[in-house]
Formats: sequence, C-alpha cells, structure tokens
Amino acid sequence: MRRLINQQPSRVWGIALSLLPFALLLLIYVLASDTRLAENPQDKLLPSFEQMGDAIHRLAFEPSKRTGEYLFWQDTLSSLTRLGLGMLIAASLGMLFGLGTGAFPLAYSGVAPLLTVVSLIPPMAILPILFIVFGLGEVSKVALIAIGVTPFIARDIQKRCLEIPREQLVKAQTLGANSGQILLRVLIPQLMPRLIDAVRLSLGSAWLFLIAAEAIASTDGLGYRVFLVRRYLSMDVILPYVAWIALLAFVIDLVLRKLSLWAYPWQESRS
Amino acid sequence: MIEIRNVWKRYGDNVILENISSTVKEGEFITLVGASGCGKSTFLRMLLGTDVPSQGEILLDGKPIADEPDAERGVVFQQYSVFPHMTVLENVTIARAFEGSALGFLWGKRKRAAREEAMAMLDTVGLSHMADRYPDELSGGMRQRLAIAQALILKPRILLLDEPFGALDPGIRADMHELVLSLWRKHKLTVFMVTHDLAEGFHLGTRLWVFDKLRVDPQAPNTYGAGITYDLPVGACEPELLQEIDSGLSSSGQELAS
Repeated sequence: MRRLINQQPSRVWGIALSLLPFALLLLIYVLASDTRLAENPQDKLLPSFEQMGDAIHRLAFEPSKRTGEYLFWQDTLSSLTRLGLGMLIAASLGMLFGLGTGAFPLAYSGVAPLLTVVSLIPPMAILPILFIVFGLGEVSKVALIAIGVTPFIARDIQKRCLEIPREQLVKAQTLGANSGQILLRVLIPQLMPRLIDAVRLSLGSAWLFLIAAEAIASTDGLGYRVFLVRRYLSMDVILPYVAWIALLAFVIDLVLRKLSLWAYPWQESRS
Repeated sequence: MIEIRNVWKRYGDNVILENISSTVKEGEFITLVGASGCGKSTFLRMLLGTDVPSQGEILLDGKPIADEPDAERGVVFQQYSVFPHMTVLENVTIARAFEGSALGFLWGKRKRAAREEAMAMLDTVGLSHMADRYPDELSGGMRQRLAIAQALILKPRILLLDEPFGALDPGIRADMHELVLSLWRKHKLTVFMVTHDLAEGFHLGTRLWVFDKLRVDPQAPNTYGAGITYDLPVGACEPELLQEIDSGLSSSGQELAS
C-alpha cells in the first residue's frame, strides 16, 4: 500500500469523485424538499425543481405584466454590462498603474505608497460616497466595481512586472531598445497573461460589489431581483438565480482562461 | 581600446575591488577567473554599464564608458538572457526592430530582410531548425546559443559573457567553446568572459585575468578587495603555474566561505 499522499485517482475515478459532492447535495435537497412539501404543499423554503422551473419560465419566457420586458434576460444583461464595464475600467487602470510603477522607479516612488494605502480602504465603505457623488444610476455601480478591483490588479501587475528578470531588460538595452520599446515589446506582452489572471482572480470580489450595489439601489439586475423577491420568500426564484450567477461566473472564467492560452501560446511550455 | 584606471568598488565598508588598472586592445579575448564573490562579475557589470566604479574610471576609446547598457556592448548571462514570449526567430530579429522603428515593430520588406539576416545568424549557431519554437522548449545549451546569436546580430564591438556555460553539461560546453571562438574570429570581437572554471579560461581566449585578494585580514575579511593577481597571455604558461593558481584560488575561496 502506497502512502496516501502518493495515491492518484484514475481518470474515471477522478471524474466520479468530483461529481460525487454535487450528486450528494442534490439528493439531500430533493429529499428535504419532498419531505417538507408532503407535510405542507404551501411551503416556500425548499421549493421543488418543478416550482423553480415554473418561476424561471415565468421570468425568462413570459413578458412582465407591468413593463413587458423579459425580466430574467433583462436582469442578466444589466448585470453583465455593469460587471463588464467595471472590469474593463479596472483592468485598464490596473495595467496602467501596475506597469508604470513596476517599470519606472520614479513612478514607483511616487505612486506605490498611495496605491498601498488605497488598496486598504474597504470599497463597500465608500459606496455611500459614490451614491452621493454619482447618484443612484449606473455610474455609481460601475465605479464601485472599478474602484474595488483596480488596486488589486495594479498591485498584482506591479509585482509581476518586478518579477521579470532584470537580465531581460539589460539585454533589451544592449540590443538598442529605448524605454518605450521595452514597454511595448518586452514588458506588456509578458504581463498580458498576468493581467488576464488578475482579472480572473478579482471577478469574485467584482460580483460581490455588483450584487451589493444592485441590492441597495437599482431597478434591475440579478442582485436587485434576488433581494426584491426575498420579501415574498420566493426561494423558487432566488435559488435558480444564484445557480445562474454561479454558471455565468464559471463561463466567464473559462473563456478568459482559454483566451489567455490562445492569445499567448508561449505560456504553454512554461508550466 | 579600453583603458581601466585605478578602479575601486565598495559597498559601504565592504571593498570588492581594489585599484584595478589595465589596458585592453581591440580583438582581445579575456577570460576572468576567480573564487565566487571575488568581484569578477561586478567588474563585468561595470563594463556593461549596469554598475559604476566607486573610484577610478573605465575609458572606451579615451572617453568614459556609458553608464547604461547600449548596443555597442552585447551581453550573454548565465540565464534569463532571451525573451520567453518570442519565438527563436523573433528573439533575433527584435534587435533590428528596436533599431528600425520607433515602437519596435517591423513590417513588409524590412521585416523580411531582418528575418533573412536572423536566419543566417541562427544557421551559424545551429538553431535554424528551431526558428519557430519558444525558448522554453529549447535545451539549456540551445538557449545559450540563441542568446549569443541575439547578442551578435547588431555586431557589437564588445561581447560580455557572464558565466555563459556555467549551467551546461561538459560535452555541450566544449561545443559552445568552439562556437564562441569561431564567432570571435569571424566578427573580430573584443570578448570578456567571466568563468569560475580555470581550465575553461586557459582553453579559451588570448588573455587570462585572475581575480583574487592581494591582502587578507583574517579578522575583517572585507577590509581588502580583490585585484588582478595574474594577467597572463594564454598559451605561454606552464601547467605548474595553472596548478599553483588553482590551489591559491581554492584556498582563498575557502576563506571567503568560512
């Protein structure tokens, strides 16, 4: 018998083991739901999959009686727009500050301490300020995501930039490169996959900021909807929405990972 | 061509190099040997321009040598010399791109010309069959060949090698020696090579510099720095001398380590 730390699951076993907890959770849910519904068909806490399907069908494929919109898709579109805009701004600013401070010692001295202090401010604490300054519209929600995520990306890129061996920079100089050429041909191409990684890592907190902002002041969005229907104990809407958010997050992460490997094929031989 | 005048290097109270003076003519191949930590790499960095002497000066054609790296001085480090995100071919053409465009990108006819020139250079170092691979797919020896090809494309006057073959197997190392010698003759370079392998120093080049401490204070080993203790024309010395230098170096190396 080999030591436990040396035992690898076979391919089939690996897949089976990874599916097992999902299957268990589903089973427990179905059993619990059935038990409660058998006792009280009006129970709202653990709806059956049928009830959840009905609720989502109503939201996704029937126009709202009040506005004529398909609420589920409208919510998804609004949330993804906010998330995408916020992340785009955060990635651009993060790259700008990270690269600037990582590549130029003068910029590092000037900006890095400020960056450290800013990254210590909890973004949720300044949400009221954003609402006061930008109003309750789209700008404040996008701004919350951008402000919340930018310091993380900037510091990550800065660290990655400083990790690039100095030998490469010296070599580029002996090949006649000036500062701008070193940025464009040596640093940025090597930092782009790092930027995608940083975006992937920070998407979790971006979702948090998005849902919090939507819960507090909004008229649509995935976060708005779950907090709205909470008043009616509509677990049949909340649970599918949460699953949908998780699925969206998973797909975004997958797309970013594939994009990184496709656009920067030199990474493959590194690991 | 290069004149070194009373160069000292100190870091705080630590004296690394003391009072080094010498002159080097165009086309010489100088190997720098010495125990680790004796300052030979520091000296190479001063020639490269990434470090400056604390005192004294290094003159190139009578003018102080530039205090940042430039295209006149090519360099190959022990590792990390090539760009991991470029193919082998791009690693060589990049020098022409830096030279020929403001942003570092070449197009059309000039790109084709640079590629042809780079392929010819890759041919001389025996890497043309790997042109489309990435450096991380190459072996250590191939990567150093690439670094040499990359450094020579702009035809620098001076080539600086910082333990370029330190991480390679002995067999591959011998191949690399042949390559460096033939490139040195072909391009009429002035070469400085740092190595800790004395035999390598005797085998390659025209001149051998041994870096070692001239004076040693056992209570404060950092009080005195290293100087050039031997400056020998290669090929004109006896095996006994080699032995003597070798034992001298290993004893001072042990002192440094203890």
